[in-house]
Amino acid sequence: MKQVKTTNFGDRFFSFFTFCAAMVVLVSLAGIFISLIFESWESLSRFGFFNFIFTDDWNPVKEVFGAAIPLVGTFITTILALLIAIPISLGIAVFITEICPSKLKAPLSIAIELLAAIPSIIYGMWGLFTFAPIMSEYIEPGLQFVFGDIPFIGPIFQGTPLGIDVLTASIVLSIMIIPFISSIARDTILLTPQVLKESAYSIGTTEWEVIKDVILPYSKFGIYGGIIIALGRALGETMAVAFVLGNRHAFPTSFFDATSTITVTLANEFTEADSNLYMSSLYLLSLLLFVISFIVLSFAKFIVHKGSKKWNG
Amino acid sequence: MERLRKRKIQNNIAIGFSLLASIIGLFWLVFILFDVLRHGLSFFDLNLFIEDPAPPGFEGGGMRNAFIGQFMITGCAIVIGIPFGILGGTFLSEYGRMTKIGRLISVISDIMISVPTIVVGTFIYSLMVKPLGHFSGWAGSVSLAMIMIPVTLRTTEDMMSLVPWSIREAAFALGAPYYKVIIQVVYRGAIAGILTGILLSIARIAGETAPLLFTSFNNSFISLNMEEPMASLTVTIFQYATGPYDDWHAMAWAASFVIILAILLLTVLGRLLVIFKYSSK
Repeated sequence: MKQVKTTNFGDRFFSFFTFCAAMVVLVSLAGIFISLIFESWESLSRFGFFNFIFTDDWNPVKEVFGAAIPLVGTFITTILALLIAIPISLGIAVFITEICPSKLKAPLSIAIELLAAIPSIIYGMWGLFTFAPIMSEYIEPGLQFVFGDIPFIGPIFQGTPLGIDVLTASIVLSIMIIPFISSIARDTILLTPQVLKESAYSIGTTEWEVIKDVILPYSKFGIYGGIIIALGRALGETMAVAFVLGNRHAFPTSFFDATSTITVTLANEFTEADSNLYMSSLYLLSLLLFVISFIVLSFAKFIVHKGSKKWNG
Repeated sequence: MERLRKRKIQNNIAIGFSLLASIIGLFWLVFILFDVLRHGLSFFDLNLFIEDPAPPGFEGGGMRNAFIGQFMITGCAIVIGIPFGILGGTFLSEYGRMTKIGRLISVISDIMISVPTIVVGTFIYSLMVKPLGHFSGWAGSVSLAMIMIPVTLRTTEDMMSLVPWSIREAAFALGAPYYKVIIQVVYRGAIAGILTGILLSIARIAGETAPLLFTSFNNSFISLNMEEPMASLTVTIFQYATGPYDDWHAMAWAASFVIILAILLLTVLGRLLVIFKYSSK
């Protein structure tokens, strides 16, 4: 597999042509960075980076903008979604690879991956019209009844369960990221050498012990990578969250509070921004989101790469 | 024996949990699909496709403008996105295979696939909407194409790398220059995979809403002019679903049904193509 020498005119032309097409990716990355920095400069120089991050005021009338609330909202919904999605996705991955009968494997994986094919606006519609009412009528009052009076964790179950809140948004998000984690976990679990599993079975271990002590340690880098990619996805998810989180600029104090995320603020306010500073602050939010998800996703790539290197030489 | 029993119970709990997890995953899928089907079918009629929206408060009306807009915006995005994706993927798998810049572009594309699409929307806004002073269908197409390019590029790269190197060498041995080998041998071997990648990337952008909010915006009238704001199904769904009228909600459901049907069709078609291709060998 050596580099092919390309000296004739046809090859020079074609290689340059394809090179330019590939460069579009780098150019658009650079373009996003430059234009977002350029557009957010006014806000950045007015408020300063750290001041912007730590200010919890978002007031277009007084022209004071801070990203603390959208940032906190983004992280809370993302982390809750991950906490719900990780056990379920790993369970699915283990079931598909180790437990389920081989005839069911392909249909089940395709079904789970179809969850990723459903557009986020459909998740949003479904969340708003079907899921949120169920949450507010049955599930949230139930949770409140069970956990509401327990000291320490009681307060996070307080408030009127309206269904448009942090918990609903996190559950909808968790459904959306299940296919990402489970398909990557499934692929890495499948890489575990059959010999390792068989030798464990031969000394009398149960399926669970093989999974826990052989498969999971072997495939942990892939699983971490999948989780971080899902994290990156959840951070930037817009439409599904926009429907079910409300757009309230206040810190959530319970699961049943509406709040806001970076994406929800952008989706709701971008076309309504009436002053340059307002617009520039929205661009600064967009830049923050871009930088955070870029770092998160690069980290995921790095971990997956490290994992595959460790096992393949 | 006590210990063995404990281990067996543990094992059953773990297996039970993973079975439960799969059931939960399937439950969500069935719940969502069934719900869209139920609502969508009950509001589904021919007027949806052949009538323009009625003014708020009036009965009837359809979403003809949004269907046409969606087709035009997605269609132009496909026309812009596919050549870049395929040619770029060709560079990564062939000419740039061993180069650092090739590796870098491949990694960056993987990251760009998952970058929040709303950020792409804000970028195109500053590039194409703000300077011109108005929203336009083109801006929507370009932002969708930007989302599509990394996806097609990476699948093309992967599919072309799957073509065995010895086949290229056989062609080299006949004296063919590299570009002819690529066009006549490698593309032919990878065509099914590339097509699948294209179908899946179309399925991906067909349901995108966030990047269209600030680029093609919306239009309650029928418009074939890409220079002007243009309605799309997804943005219209967002507007109708968050609006106050019941018949708006009904139309949003019907439109969601159409979108989900189209996307599932594309996805299943893409998968069948792969299965068909590899089982016929």
